[in-house]
Amino acid sequence: MSEMSVTADPWQKAEIAGPKKALLILKPEVVVAMMRKANRSILVVGHHAAVDYSKDVKMIDYSIRLSKTAGIPMVATAHTINELAKMNFQPAASMSAMEIGSRLSDPEWTGLDNKGQYDLALFMGLPYYMEFVILSGLKHFASNLKTISLDRFYIPHATWSFPNLSVKDWDQSLQTILEKLGGT
Amino acid sequence: MTRKRVNMKIQEMKTDLGVIKDLELSFGKIVDETWEEPQGPTPFPSITDLRKWDMKILERYKPFYLPFCDVCCLCTFGKCDLTGDKRGACGLDMAAQQSRIVLLACCIGAATHIAHARHLVEHLIEKHGANSRIDIGPSIEIEAPITRLICGIRPERLRDLEEALDYCEGQVTQLLSATHTGQEGSNLDFESKVLHAGMVDQLGMEVADIAQVSVLGFPKADPEAPLTDLGFGIADVSKPTILVIGHNVPSSVGIIDYLTDKGLVGKVEVVGICCTAHDVTRYSSMAKIVGPISWQLRYIRSGLADLIVVDEQCIRADTLVEAQKVNVPVIATSSKNCLGLEDRTQSPSKEVISDLTEGKAPGALVLDTDKVGEIAVETVIAVAPKRNKLKIIPEVEEIVSAAAECTSCNECVRACPNNQPISTAIKAAAKGDLNPLADILEECVGCARCDSACPNDLPLHSFMVKAGEGSLQKEKFKMRVGRGAIQDVEIREVGGPIVLGEIPGVVAIVGCANYPHSGREVAEIAEEFAKRRFIVITSGCAAMSIASVKDEEGKTLYEKYPGSFEAGAIVNVGSCVANSHIAGAAVKIANIFAKRKLRGNYEEIADYILNRVGAIGLAWGAYSQKAASIAAGVWRLGIPVIVGPHGAKYRRMLLGRKDKDEDWKVFDARTGDKIYGSPAPEHLFTTAETKEEAMVLIAKFAMRPNDTTKGRAIKLTHYIDLHKRLYGVMPDDIHLFVRNKADIPITMKDDILRILDERGWKDRRIPDPTLLPRLVRRRKGE
Repeated sequence: MSEMSVTADPWQKAEIAGPKKALLILKPEVVVAMMRKANRSILVVGHHAAVDYSKDVKMIDYSIRLSKTAGIPMVATAHTINELAKMNFQPAASMSAMEIGSRLSDPEWTGLDNKGQYDLALFMGLPYYMEFVILSGLKHFASNLKTISLDRFYIPHATWSFPNLSVKDWDQSLQTILEKLGGT
Repeated sequence: MTRKRVNMKIQEMKTDLGVIKDLELSFGKIVDETWEEPQGPTPFPSITDLRKWDMKILERYKPFYLPFCDVCCLCTFGKCDLTGDKRGACGLDMAAQQSRIVLLACCIGAATHIAHARHLVEHLIEKHGANSRIDIGPSIEIEAPITRLICGIRPERLRDLEEALDYCEGQVTQLLSATHTGQEGSNLDFESKVLHAGMVDQLGMEVADIAQVSVLGFPKADPEAPLTDLGFGIADVSKPTILVIGHNVPSSVGIIDYLTDKGLVGKVEVVGICCTAHDVTRYSSMAKIVGPISWQLRYIRSGLADLIVVDEQCIRADTLVEAQKVNVPVIATSSKNCLGLEDRTQSPSKEVISDLTEGKAPGALVLDTDKVGEIAVETVIAVAPKRNKLKIIPEVEEIVSAAAECTSCNECVRACPNNQPISTAIKAAAKGDLNPLADILEECVGCARCDSACPNDLPLHSFMVKAGEGSLQKEKFKMRVGRGAIQDVEIREVGGPIVLGEIPGVVAIVGCANYPHSGREVAEIAEEFAKRRFIVITSGCAAMSIASVKDEEGKTLYEKYPGSFEAGAIVNVGSCVANSHIAGAAVKIANIFAKRKLRGNYEEIADYILNRVGAIGLAWGAYSQKAASIAAGVWRLGIPVIVGPHGAKYRRMLLGRKDKDEDWKVFDARTGDKIYGSPAPEHLFTTAETKEEAMVLIAKFAMRPNDTTKGRAIKLTHYIDLHKRLYGVMPDDIHLFVRNKADIPITMKDDILRILDERGWKDRRIPDPTLLPRLVRRRKGE
C-alpha cells in the first residue's frame, strides 16, 4: 500500500463522521481475520461493482469470488443481479440497499436463511454517499454488527474501511484477501 | 364560509339602561354557512389531532435512520456524541435526534411554501382585491381539495385563503417549537410532527397556486395548455435579455406587464430558471425557460443574460458575485433574499436605472413588483449594448494551457457530488481533448464545488461549459406549460379505473435536479410509464428534464403524449406549488369517485388513498428542504415516495417489511375481519440506487389492497415485465401479491403458478381494506 493511502480522510471530503470512525485496513489480512472471526457474514454488493474501475479490474469479479471463496451469502442491490447473471452467478438475494440496511439493523431479523442474525456485513459497490449513510445507520442502530467497507475509498462510518486507495493497491488488497481465504 | 373580522369600539353610548363607556367588541369571524356538507372530525387539526393515524402508518412503515454524523450540535450543551445508544446532555438519543432533523427540514420546507403563499395572496389582494373569486378552471367544483380536507372550509374569494394561511403559520410555529432542546423526546412523535409539517406544506402550496391561477390568467386546469420553448439555446440573445430565477412570480409578472404596456414586446427576451420560469410561462407566451435549477451558473457565466432578477428559493447564494464577473446587474425582489443590496424601493426609478446602468451599484433590492418591471426593462435595454455579452467562459486555448497546471490532486473529484472523473478530463484537456469535460457537463448538477476545491483556482465548471458549448446551444425543446389543477370531469373518468387498478398507476415525477446522472434518466422513466398507460404527472425541475429529450423526429415527450389526466398522458401541473394539485387529484378521487366526505375528514381520505389509489411519487433529483416537506405531505395521505440515490441524505427512510405478514393486515370493512392485504405499497419512503430500481419500484408500489383481479393482473404484468427486463429474473415476491388465480397475468400463468407452488401459496380473500376500525360497516354477529 503506498504511503499516500494511509490517512483516514473520507473520500468525499465533507463527509465527516464524528467521534467514532472506521479503523483503517492497512493490511488486507485484517479483513480475512475479521471474516474468520465472524459467526455469520453477509456481503452486500451495489451496482457500481459492475461499472467501476478499469477494464482489467472488475469489482464484480471480486464480489463473486469473495462470496464463493468465503462461502458467504451475497445480497445484490438495485439491478446488480442482472449484471451478476451475465457472469452466471446467482446471489443469495436481490434487495434494495435500504431494505438490507434496515433488516441488518433489526435485532429480530433472522437472516436470509432464517438461521439467525449476522455479525459481520461487508459492503462494496454502492454509491459512496449511500454507503456512507447506510453504514452510519448500522453503526448507530445495529450494535451487534460489525461492518467492513471493501470499496476503494475510506468510509468512516464502517467499523473497518480501506483508506483511499489507487486502483492498483485496491486490486492487490482484494487479491490478497482471496488468496488468504484460500481462493484464487 | 367566508371570513370577516369585525371590531367595534364604543367610546360612549347613552341607552335606556344607562351609559356605556369604552366598550370594545371583537368578532374573530362570521360564519356564512352555505356549504351543505357537514363538518368532519378534524377541521384545522392541531399537531396531535391526527397522531393516531400517524402512528398507524409508522407502525407499518418504520423509520430507518441514516445519520450524517455521530453528534448533535444544536445547543451549548454540545457537541454531544450520540453514537450507538448514547444520549446527549439533554437526554435525546440518536433516533430522536435524526427525526428532529427531519422535522426541522420539513418545517423549513413548509415555512418556505407558506411564506411564498402569504406573499402571493397579500400581493394579489392588493392588486386585484380581496373579493376576487377563486376560479381555477372550468367544471371544477372542488376548487381547493386540500384546503377543504384539512381546514373544512370552502374558499370562494382570495380573502378566504388568509384563514388557511393563518392556520399554516400557527402550525409551523408549533412544530418548530417542538424541536427546541428539552421539548419532544420521542422519535415517533417527531415523525408524527414531520407528517403534520408535510400536511400544512401541501395546504400552503395549494393556497399559493390557486391564488395565482385564479387572478393571473394562468392556464386553468387546461389539458391543452400551450407548449413553450425550453433550453439553453432558446433565447434570441441578440436582444437585451432578462434572466429571472426563483419561485415567486410577481416580479416577473411586473416585467412582462411593463413590456406590454410600453409596447416593447419582442424587443427584450425574458428567460427563466427554476419555478419562476414555469410560472412566468404560465402567465405569458413571451417568456421562455432556460432550464432547471442546475443551469444557473452555466447561463450566468456564459454572459447571455444582461440582467438578472431573483425572487426567492433555490437561487444560488453567489448569484451577485457571479453576475458581477460578467457585468450583469442583479435586482433582488424578495424580502427573504436581499443579497446584501441597498433597498431602492423608495428611490426614483430613474436613479436606480442609472446606477445599475453606469455600474455604480452591482444591484438593487426593489420590493415593489411594478417598479421591478420598469427598472428591469429600462436597465436591460441600457445595459445590454454596454455589456456586449461579456462572458467568463474561457476559450479552448486558455483551457488547454490552464489544464497543464493541474497536479491531479483529485480535490475536484472528491468535491464532486457524483464523483465525476474531472481530474482525468483535465488531463485530456491539457492534450487538447475537451470531450471528456463535455461528457461530465452532461451529468453535472451545476454546484461548482469543483471550482471551490481546486487549489490552483481553475474555473473547472467554466471549462466544462466551454467543452459542452456546442450541445448547450443546440438545447431547444418544447415543454407543455403548467396546466394547474385536474378537472373534476377528468377525475370522474379515471377515478374508477385507477381505484380498480385498470389504470396501472399514477406516477408523479417531481422535484429538483440533483440527479445522480443526467436529467435524461427522468425523461426515460416518464416515457416508460406513459407507454405503459400510467398517468404520468409532473412539476418543477423534473417537468423541465422530461422536456429535454427528443426522439428521431425531433419531438419531445410533451409533443408526443397528451396533457390530460388520462392513461398514457404526461401532465405538467406547473411549478413547485402546483404539486398540491397532484395530492389534490388523489383527494378528489376519494371524494368525487368514491363519494367519501371531504370536509375536515383527513384520516378517512388518507386511509382511502393508502388502500385504493395507486399513486406514487418519484423525486429523482430531490435536494431541498421543500422537497422533504412535499414528500411528508403525501406520506400522510398514504402515497409512497421514491427518491434518487442522493435522497439517502434525507437521513431517514420509512420502510415496510414484507417478510412480516402481520404488518400487512387490514380490516375488511365488510366484515371487520383482519386479513392480509399484501405489502402494498411496500414502503412509504425509500431511495432507489439506480433508475432501473426506481422503475421496478414504481410498478410495484402502484399495487393497492383494493385492486380488482383485473387491475392486479395488469399491475403485476408491469411489475414482472420490468423486473424481468431490468433485473433479468422473475421477482421473488410474486406470491405476496397474488391473492387468487384470477390475479395472475394470463401471459405469465405457467411461470407464476410454478412459483406459487414452490412458495406454498394459498388463495386468499380480497378485502374492502381500511386501517380504521370505525369504517367497518358490519361485524360478525351483528
